[in-house]
Amino acid sequence: MLGITPIPEFLDKRLVFVTGKGGVGKTTVAVALGLRAAEAGKRTIVCEVASQENASRVFGHTEVGFHEVEMAENLWSISIDPDESMREYVLLQLKVRAMRDLLFRSRIFSYLAAATPGLKELVTIGKIWELAQLDRKVKSGRKYDLVIVDAPATGHGIGFLQTPRTFAAIARVGPIHSQAQQLDRLITDREHTGAAIVALPEEMPVNESAALESELRSEVGVAVDRVYLNGLYPERFEAEEAERLAELAEGEDGAVRAAARAAVSEHGRARSQRAQLSRLRRRVEAPVRTLPFLFEPELGVEGARELARRLH
Amino acid sequence: MPAVDEILEGKDICICAGSGGVGKTTTSAAIGMGMAARGLKVCVLTIDPAKRLADSLGMRELGNEAERVDPALFERHGIEMKGELWAMMLDAKATFDELVARQAPDEESRDRVLENRIYQQISNALAGSQEYMAMEKLFELHTEGRFDLLVLDTPPSRNALDFLDAPRRLTQFIEGRSLRVFMRPTGLAARVAGRGATVALGVLKRIVGFDLLADLAEFFNAFSGMVDGFQARAKRVNNLLADPHTCFLVVCGPQGEPIGEAVYFHRKLVEAKLPFGGVIVNKVHYPAERLRGDGDVGGGELEAALAAKLGGEDLARRVAANFADYQALAERDARNIEHLAAELRTSATIRVPYLDEDVHDLGGLAEIDRYLFASAKQREAIAAGRA
Repeated sequence: MLGITPIPEFLDKRLVFVTGKGGVGKTTVAVALGLRAAEAGKRTIVCEVASQENASRVFGHTEVGFHEVEMAENLWSISIDPDESMREYVLLQLKVRAMRDLLFRSRIFSYLAAATPGLKELVTIGKIWELAQLDRKVKSGRKYDLVIVDAPATGHGIGFLQTPRTFAAIARVGPIHSQAQQLDRLITDREHTGAAIVALPEEMPVNESAALESELRSEVGVAVDRVYLNGLYPERFEAEEAERLAELAEGEDGAVRAAARAAVSEHGRARSQRAQLSRLRRRVEAPVRTLPFLFEPELGVEGARELARRLH
Repeated sequence: MPAVDEILEGKDICICAGSGGVGKTTTSAAIGMGMAARGLKVCVLTIDPAKRLADSLGMRELGNEAERVDPALFERHGIEMKGELWAMMLDAKATFDELVARQAPDEESRDRVLENRIYQQISNALAGSQEYMAMEKLFELHTEGRFDLLVLDTPPSRNALDFLDAPRRLTQFIEGRSLRVFMRPTGLAARVAGRGATVALGVLKRIVGFDLLADLAEFFNAFSGMVDGFQARAKRVNNLLADPHTCFLVVCGPQGEPIGEAVYFHRKLVEAKLPFGGVIVNKVHYPAERLRGDGDVGGGELEAALAAKLGGEDLARRVAANFADYQALAERDARNIEHLAAELRTSATIRVPYLDEDVHDLGGLAEIDRYLFASAKQREAIAAGRA
């Protein structure tokens, strides 16, 4: 059923960041993209950062934590905890077991994490890099075709993706410096890494998405492959019908009037949202695609599947 | 259910808190405008670099200094303005620099921090620095006493709690106790850090590089003369937040997730003994509530009534189906808000409906103020669909 139309071309990359301002449905879109890629046969993992568990919640799954847990066929999820990433990083750096034990026993290590600003973000991106390797560093690590990151909201998002570069500047030489540079190269690798922005069809979110796109392009240097305008109301009524309904909305009868009002409201919103869609198309460079508003009280995995079917 | 002006009676500071994407900036601007319209001199502060506040107030740019919103703008929108509305956008980095300048014992120590490479790279990204700088500016403006009311739009955080925790996190960081311990892994420090600290430090140097550790040590040393000053200041800032003249308003949306966040944030406010004023739920779907008193209207019955009025079955069916969709959302909202009010044990739950028109200018703010500042009678009329 999903195999009929081709998947969005950027899902052929290895790493995709899904970003946007708070409350726009980033997680749902990230999961929908994951479902779509997985259905097409790609082994895909959706990553939450900063110990969030939003993706597992979409699936009604218990918290997955720092584990790669299978959510659907070909689709895994992980919540990247910075402390765990740091631990794993050190383990991979130190081959001598006695040294690791020594480092973990002395509390130096947690001191460093607490004292070095940005280190948590750096090791989080480091873990994302590790997941995206075909030759996994983690012993018997699963190979993924695609890693999708449910990135932090706007503001935080830019800073998050810039961490490697900031760090490469702070640590001028040494192993952290070269690793930070390597991560920055991964983020700015247009061939293998991309970003999708999720927006809402309202005045300010459209402005912010346009600003976000330009910052992602010019300041972070990541390829922006798609802008998804999420929550677009369907056009359920013609203009002429809306006029008749508007008259009814002024009438007497409670239920009929309320229903007419709801219809007038739906019509008005659908129309103003289309004006926002045109504005968005004028202001961003990446292709804009729409995702429908789903009249569901709470969006669960069925909602994400529905959106996955509509992704292009 | 009191109106916002009743909740803010006798308050100097109103802090709008909540998770991202719930309309905090718009709500802060609407509260500021409504209170100014009632005769106060109000300043709305935001730290949001997305210029949302400037946009909504019809201003092109906002700087680190308070600027008055042109009174002619209100006139143009038919808004009666008895007081004054001011706005400012905090520059976290500039505020941090000012704070360092104020706390430094002498010019040399000041420059040592301001010119430190790590400080320059990270003073904007430090955990809690944006949040803390917002409080710091609030404290400064409050001390100056130029305004009757300060409204703070808290920075967009992953978690509303990041805001409350900011003074502690930032001062703890600047103390740098953790790092200083292992930069001198001899004597007492070595015992604190645990046996083998010297060897462990050697291992650490191999992983992260000696330069970075040395630079970090220099960074904390540069701050060392200011730690006491920072701590004392943070204490006064905390006291201001807990002052009875301060009021926290929790802003949220009607969906399950933001409601859950609001409940959590309220609990943390209570635990921290901070003054909670009420909760504002944005974008609430109304129709179900309006119909509740009329009893449930069956789909078939409604469709027939609609068909009779509209003279077409196809349109009637679509209108009825659309109404059922709206009802489902409205019922969810009503359920979630009931849950919220019960959890918070408050009657101060103000609902702002999901307006047909997107709110992004003074006219939109005035529309929101109709709900935020509605008297009991007006609210009744709104709920009954008469207003």
